[in-house]
Amino acid sequence: MAFISVFDVIGPNMVGPSSSHTAGAASIALLAKKMIGEKITKITFTLYGSFAKTYKGHGTDKALVGGILGFETDDIRIRDSFNIARESGLEFEFVCNHEELEDVHPNTVDMEITGESGRILKVRGESLGGGKVMLTRINGVKVQFTGEYHALIVIQRDNPGVVAGITSVLSSWDVNIAYLRVFREEKGGLAYTIVESDEEISEKAVEVIKKNPAIQDIMLVQR
Amino acid sequence: MDFHTAEELLELCSQGTDIATVMREREVTQGETDSETVEEKMKKALSVMRASAHTPLTEVLPSTGGLIGGEAEKLNKNMLVGKNICGSVMSKALIYSQAVPEMNASMGVIVAAPTAGSSGVLPAVLFALEEEFGLTEKQLLDGMFTAGAVGYLLMKNASVSGAQAGCQAEVGSASAMAAAAAVAMMGGTPEQSLDAASIALGNLLGLVCDPIAGLVEAPCQSRNAIGAANALTCAEMALSGIKAVVPFTEMAAAMLRIGVKIPNELRETALGGCAMTPTGCAHNCRIFGGCK
Repeated sequence: MAFISVFDVIGPNMVGPSSSHTAGAASIALLAKKMIGEKITKITFTLYGSFAKTYKGHGTDKALVGGILGFETDDIRIRDSFNIARESGLEFEFVCNHEELEDVHPNTVDMEITGESGRILKVRGESLGGGKVMLTRINGVKVQFTGEYHALIVIQRDNPGVVAGITSVLSSWDVNIAYLRVFREEKGGLAYTIVESDEEISEKAVEVIKKNPAIQDIMLVQR
Repeated sequence: MDFHTAEELLELCSQGTDIATVMREREVTQGETDSETVEEKMKKALSVMRASAHTPLTEVLPSTGGLIGGEAEKLNKNMLVGKNICGSVMSKALIYSQAVPEMNASMGVIVAAPTAGSSGVLPAVLFALEEEFGLTEKQLLDGMFTAGAVGYLLMKNASVSGAQAGCQAEVGSASAMAAAAAVAMMGGTPEQSLDAASIALGNLLGLVCDPIAGLVEAPCQSRNAIGAANALTCAEMALSGIKAVVPFTEMAAAMLRIGVKIPNELRETALGGCAMTPTGCAHNCRIFGGCK
């Protein structure tokens, strides 16, 4: 098991009422906002399971919109996130999926995010309890990403040598890799490499990594 | 430096070190940070706790589900006119234990300790003792690190999740944490802190999680009162030299064993207990429309 900090016990500092349904929801949306890395113009949230059933009473909806606006879990502006979103021109909608789906965690949300460049990012997040979260799909590909470390998410063609190229650039920038995992739908298709590091990862390193033509896109998510 | 059980923690304390010091050192070494950062983060948590425990005394905060709100103000008024019957430490703890869940249910900012549903217990004990005994900020922070050590052991070896092990894992754990903190702040030994924690946890074994309409409002709020009162009671027992019959490690294991046997209906699903009383169901229909 990963290190349990005293602040996992006495914490998180959070807008209530629920660590899983409010704080976790805000964290999932905040992670997605950091991933797209540009101004978001439109977002559709699809809620499953307990999220779909009880989101209103737990402020899950306000927390999700708050996270997309960049608010941390203890930011009181979450309470008023709908108005703030409307003022800033963010379009948002909620869809509830009440089907009993066996392979879906009870506290799950799918987000379809449109950036101002027209780019669309699809992310699935699960709120695991106590404010802990995991992103489990990016653009339909199954992944595991918690945002607990500084991270690079590299979308690449599943070719030999791509991962080696990433690690060699990072090592030349003195980035110590904590975890590295590759996720892919099928052999030779698109793969997602998630590199997690203790140190912040420089944008310049990202520019160098991007030069590999097999790499389609890189998302830099600082903790 | 790290510890995984209460026994290992007491071993680290055997050279005259207190639990708070061990927990601080563990955070710095295992969390790869420095002591200033750790201290600042805990001070921030203390200040959030303080605001959440005091604001509802004068400001009634409506909850999102409408089941609670105004309890702290009522209790405070009652005490101000001298009508409280529990004595000043217990009555103050009662007020604060109700204030924080009220803040939480109104989408205010709180510190989960260890969870949002049980967030009133530790602040209640901290601030009641602070006022009555003139405790310093350093003593309160020591109390929080002591509570953190107990909560960490429960998180690691048992559970602090109502969905996994019922309310005994949330309010029960919070009560054990607060009991250990109270002992430490009032000058007790590390052994006494863990005795108090074990007794406190033992007193709440079997408590189910049955929130009305699935919301963190009722009976969560009033259970925070029992968590705080239980913590103070068990701290006084340990401070007077009473030992826990069952050691903390075994009590934590017992809590988890009971937790997994609690039926699903009584583990945060709102399908049993208070939630399924006719009144509980009526509230659910009012809030969410249609009955489950």
